[in-house]
Amino acid sequence: MNQKYIYSLIAVLALFLIAYVGSEAAGLQILFGIILPYLAIIAFLGGFIVRILDWAGSSVPFAIPTTCGQQKSLPWIKPNAIDNPTSTGAVVLRMFFEIVFFRSLFRNTRMGISNGSRVFYKWEIFLWIGSLAFHYSFLTVILRHLRFFIEPVPSAIILLENIDSFFKLEFITHIFQIGLPGFYLSGLILLAAVTYLFLRRIFIPQVKYISLAADFFPLFLIFGIAFSGILMRYVIKVDITAVKELTMGFITFHPVVPKEGISGIFYVHLFFVAILLAYFPFSKLMHMAGVFLSPTRNMANNTRAVRHINPWNYPVPVHTYEEYEDEFREKMIDAGLPVDKMPDEKPEEITADQKKEGKE
Amino acid sequence: MSDELLKPDELFAKIDHRPPKTDWMSTPVQIRKGMYCYASNYKSVEYLGLPNARPWNPLDDDWKLPENWQEIIHQGFKERLEKFRSFKIFMDICVRCGACADKCHFFIGTGDPKNMPVIRAELLRSVYRNDFTRMGKILGKIGGARPMGLDVLKEWWYYMFQCTECRRCSVFCPYGIDTAEITIMGRELLNLIGLNIDWIATPVANCYRTGNHLGIQPHAFKGMLDFFVEDVEDLSGINVEPVYNKKGADILFITPSGDVFADPGTYTCMGYLILFHYLKEKYGLDITWSTYASEGGNFGFFTSHETMKRLNAKMYMEAKRLGVKWILGGECGHMWRVINQYMDTVNGPADFLEEPVSPITGTKFENAKSTKMVHIAEFTADLIKHDKLDLDPGRNDNLKVTYHDSCNPARGMGLLEEPRYIIKKVCNNFYEMPANTIREQTFCCGGGAGLNAGEDMELRMAGGLPRANAVKYVHDKYGVNVLSCICAVDRAVFPALMEYWVPEVEVYGMHELVANALILPGEKRTTDLRGEPLPGMEDKADE
Repeated sequence: MNQKYIYSLIAVLALFLIAYVGSEAAGLQILFGIILPYLAIIAFLGGFIVRILDWAGSSVPFAIPTTCGQQKSLPWIKPNAIDNPTSTGAVVLRMFFEIVFFRSLFRNTRMGISNGSRVFYKWEIFLWIGSLAFHYSFLTVILRHLRFFIEPVPSAIILLENIDSFFKLEFITHIFQIGLPGFYLSGLILLAAVTYLFLRRIFIPQVKYISLAADFFPLFLIFGIAFSGILMRYVIKVDITAVKELTMGFITFHPVVPKEGISGIFYVHLFFVAILLAYFPFSKLMHMAGVFLSPTRNMANNTRAVRHINPWNYPVPVHTYEEYEDEFREKMIDAGLPVDKMPDEKPEEITADQKKEGKE
Repeated sequence: MSDELLKPDELFAKIDHRPPKTDWMSTPVQIRKGMYCYASNYKSVEYLGLPNARPWNPLDDDWKLPENWQEIIHQGFKERLEKFRSFKIFMDICVRCGACADKCHFFIGTGDPKNMPVIRAELLRSVYRNDFTRMGKILGKIGGARPMGLDVLKEWWYYMFQCTECRRCSVFCPYGIDTAEITIMGRELLNLIGLNIDWIATPVANCYRTGNHLGIQPHAFKGMLDFFVEDVEDLSGINVEPVYNKKGADILFITPSGDVFADPGTYTCMGYLILFHYLKEKYGLDITWSTYASEGGNFGFFTSHETMKRLNAKMYMEAKRLGVKWILGGECGHMWRVINQYMDTVNGPADFLEEPVSPITGTKFENAKSTKMVHIAEFTADLIKHDKLDLDPGRNDNLKVTYHDSCNPARGMGLLEEPRYIIKKVCNNFYEMPANTIREQTFCCGGGAGLNAGEDMELRMAGGLPRANAVKYVHDKYGVNVLSCICAVDRAVFPALMEYWVPEVEVYGMHELVANALILPGEKRTTDLRGEPLPGMEDKADE
């Protein structure tokens, strides 16, 4: 069991060494600062698009929403428009709640057994909280990083930074130099959430049992990204002006590598991000896009009112009423059941008998 | 019930949810008696013209597979990835968060980790990664990939037939991954090389030939309903003579044949007869039964989409032949998943029918205007709302009733309030089971999707445990003695399940409760449909 996360951990440590040694000792700043990030972005965008097109290329033959509430039927019965949507607008709402608030995960329960005879189910909120914390802190971190790619820095990002560092901890601002912005909560939450998601894969027996190396790798990688970022900000200072010179050059396609002021840890940070981007389209991380296409969530439960078309619907062999009556006509007549053809109209009886023999 | 079955407390004590020491990929499948259903009878497979008809036994090493079976599975997999976006997405995006793990009744009842929905899907996903993804090819086992082999195939077969396609896990999945969809695909693939179970294959063949799963021929079908007519006449003095195969009737009625065949479904069937007779006498309802389309259920759905379509076709073909206006469907679970989410798509458009309107209340069933098929719970709820039924709920006062939401009407339709409305109007004592076990979170009876055979009784008792345990809760707390339901498979499965876990609880179909309460003009009734004295009639019933 352990080997699954050991492999992933080793992989991430190896990536760390490659980037650190490569940039510090081997002087490959151009490779790690420019070439690999560009390649990673190409892999990410290309892979992402190919993946979406691949999914979109598969048909949606049936409308199979999972209904999680009352259907729309009789006018005096109140339907649950969001969990059992019948219109496009309601489907959009359902998707909104699913994607923005992880509504299905919010329902999560934990099963247990008490007194050896009663099965009970308890509301289990921690995975939902952990996931929300993880995704939203990550999003905040990403948005904050836009300041490195836009000049002048838009006021929206400055506002976000101010909110993110709203809880300024006095002792932290004392320990670190004056002029350093407040501690970003998002980085801390991201680190904590990743740690939580890792620990539950180690300590909850069932989750441990189902986890693959591919579940640990992104966690370690994101941990590495967050940790190296926090290090650079609060401990091993990097020259922000030099970093911005690099990032602005990168985004404007005039890449430059500043001569000094950027330590190896920056290249580690950047390399981890590049790996994450390149890995993204080929991994489970594509759930980010896939959730939009999930047929059990993005379809309306109105298939009795509006016909859903299957693009590859094809004719199938059926057992017709005529064949049925041919086989059972005598018995039907004896039982007083109406028939379409009376026996005296037939030379069919022979065929029917042959058919019967052939089939039995 | 089989003698070898453990006692309930022994079975319960045996459940261990701690995963084994060995990784699931390195834990070989053991096909165990009591947990699987017998192999499909080759005659049934042959009759339907499905692949690889031959006698075989799951316990044998040799499953008599076609030589190129791996190629067939690989091609079948590929084809389905292209034809079903659901399948492809569900193969790709699972993050193994584990939210589904303890939502499955089979996992709760067996503790077998391969019954966690996520691993059930991983059984297929591991092969998918190996065969269809670059990452899987490069990383192999460490990337969660493994090549197809006989062991994998046997594992697929064992666990695809330990899933009842109930969709409970999909309610909790943050991406809506639906294990029913995975199981449907898995079973389609298995059927490509002739690996079905007989409890599915033979009903399907029967249904194809005689119009119903039980293979009841037309004259016998009528004969069986005639028995009910006699029974109803005995207990009420009213002749409820039904009409068969009538051309030009207003409405065609289709319900599962299980209710024609075995108790306690038979009482539900008598309930329909009584209701229709009442409506005919009072309001001139013109409704016909069909011997050709004499099955509402569709075990083809548990075989492949194509087989589902082949069986379902009868409903529209018969409606067209008889020239009815619309179709009324009886109480059934998966039947309604098929009707609600598949029928119009596969066999529509039903442009030869009219948009359904209740001939009695004038209510337009807008929600069924395209399929032209109405659920009897919708139909009856509308009747009661418009005060068209003369009901005496006091006649059910000896019953303390709870209600089981069938998986498919709950999670593939959303039919939650209609049955509750009806039951509360015909019964004075109604109690809900705990919130996490009803409505969209309802638990399977343990025998859905074709698993209600006799030989897999341990599987059924284990899978039915969460449901039975919730019934036991209301039984202990409120003295509930009736488990009501709107599904024929439920009515076939629950009696054994209740006898095993909560012996004091009886199983009732909803329309049995309706018919108990329904006052027929001119009737002389002292007993309910089961011949038990009505409350307050204990003395008279003996006479």
